[in-house]
Amino acid sequence: MVGVGILKGLTETALNFFGSYVRKDRLTTIQFPEERAPRIEATRNFPFLVYDGDDPMAGLRCVSCFICEKECPPKCILIDKSTDKKPDATGKPQFYPAQFQIDISVCMSCQICVEVCPFDAIKMDTTFELSTQDRFDDLLWPKQRLAKSNEYYHEIHPTEAAAVDAELAAARAKAAPKPAAAAAPASTPATAAPASAAPVTPAPETDAVKGSTT
Amino acid sequence: MSPDTIDQIFVITKHWLLGYVPVGLVPIASAILSVVPVLLAFPLLFAITTVLERKGLGRIQNRYGPNRVGPAGFLQPMADGIKSLTKEDIIPRDADHLVHLLAPIVMVLAAFLAYAVLPIGRNMVITDLNAGVLFFFAIGSMVELAVFMAGWSSRSKYSLLGAMRAVAQMISYEVPLVLASIVIIMASGSLSTVGIVEAQTGFTFGLPHWYVFTPWGFAGFILFMIAATAESNRSPFDLPEGESEIIAGYYIEYSGFKFALFFLGEYLGMFATSGMAITLFLGGWGAPFSFLTWVPSYVWFFVKLLVLICCFIWVRGTLPRLRMDQLMGLAWKFMLPMTLLNLITAGIWHFMPAGILRWIVGTAMVVVPFLLTSRTLKQGKSLQVRTYRYAE
Repeated sequence: MVGVGILKGLTETALNFFGSYVRKDRLTTIQFPEERAPRIEATRNFPFLVYDGDDPMAGLRCVSCFICEKECPPKCILIDKSTDKKPDATGKPQFYPAQFQIDISVCMSCQICVEVCPFDAIKMDTTFELSTQDRFDDLLWPKQRLAKSNEYYHEIHPTEAAAVDAELAAARAKAAPKPAAAAAPASTPATAAPASAAPVTPAPETDAVKGSTT
Repeated sequence: MSPDTIDQIFVITKHWLLGYVPVGLVPIASAILSVVPVLLAFPLLFAITTVLERKGLGRIQNRYGPNRVGPAGFLQPMADGIKSLTKEDIIPRDADHLVHLLAPIVMVLAAFLAYAVLPIGRNMVITDLNAGVLFFFAIGSMVELAVFMAGWSSRSKYSLLGAMRAVAQMISYEVPLVLASIVIIMASGSLSTVGIVEAQTGFTFGLPHWYVFTPWGFAGFILFMIAATAESNRSPFDLPEGESEIIAGYYIEYSGFKFALFFLGEYLGMFATSGMAITLFLGGWGAPFSFLTWVPSYVWFFVKLLVLICCFIWVRGTLPRLRMDQLMGLAWKFMLPMTLLNLITAGIWHFMPAGILRWIVGTAMVVVPFLLTSRTLKQGKSLQVRTYRYAE
């Protein structure tokens, strides 16, 4: 009969209306600022620079090789190479970035910089509440703002960070015999940073190796 | 205070205030004192309705709806108002500036004028015209003028096409709207809205003598409400606006507060037609049960109005939009014959002696044509799952 379909529809919407007041599981909306949806591990937003140890500027893994700057599709990275060298994560003397800037208003979060980086120095961050009223200085981030600790990296991407740490530890073990004899006495305070970072990592390292192989 | 004083409190206040006015100014002061409360109450109702509508539609779709501004989101209309006031008022370069400005004003004006004959409570009507119903429908067709002004003056083909569609729809549905209300004029023998409400006072076994409680009155009420939905451009007849496919139809070139005025006009029109439905079919300001007559009359009017608004929101949350040919087909092939038959039913009812036979004949005259018409309209239109030839 004509009209029955309309009545069925009206019943359905009425049930939805009253049901949403009675049963909370009907309402799938997450009330954002108060509650947040659980974040998946692969979440990514903008890149950041990883540093080891306590001093963000001294511990940066970046050796200013310019690969990310060249590969960046929207050209949002600017790097100035230093004139002197300092030991990197594996203890080899390397250049470091005198200036490293990312314009996050240009960045398109493609992760290409992360994929091309041979030193595991740049990784993707997960913070997204970045709105600002200053469209120049607050969106052009210098290396001071981009630098974030390895512990933070472990916090946001545990599996990935553990794999990276395992690789770095392997590289460090390979490079260890030589500098132990020659380079270590020359620059003791500088090597302290990567050396102090190493003891922090063993526990997740083994986990990650297991996790990645299984 | 006795219930009667509370019922008449606005009338008493008005007369008390008129006592302080010089004799020469009494007519104009009386008019202002009658009009200003209406000008305040119904836009306020518009604000409440927008937030109720958004919350109601949200709940129908298992969402929360607006809940940020003010307690439980009830100050959302303030935020919306401030937003539309601070927006840029864009006028197309080649537009007819004067008509472009006048169109939203005429829309709101037409909607407000209709309230002149609506009895909001006992003795509470701005003017008791002896041709009140006629005045109401005459003013109601001014809305089409405003719509066409908006579409034409924008000098945009989309606006113009939207206006043509809107005017075609509104004129088509004006016919069943008026024809559905003629049965009431036949039954009450009066064109005055106050007279029609008074004809529905009185109770039998505690139930009121509303026209909706007769077969022809019920059919007339349903037909009137369908036509009223189409008249006020509400879903499922919101083709003129059609926000999901033609953006805004005739007011596509409007922005800022003029756009808000169109919305105000649309909602005021909806309240006015709902108020007219209450006056004609639901006993106006009368109480629904004889033991509830102590509740003030204006409370009943607004309770009924809110119930009808909730029904509008409910229907909007349920039905999808009609196609243009389905819309026109419904008006001319279904609504028009049904309203014409309804006139005959009301006439036969009037001349038959009161009793059970009258009820049987009346009900049969409503139900049988409904079934026959709807079956005829359905013929040749088999509804099935759509099959695709090329897409898989």
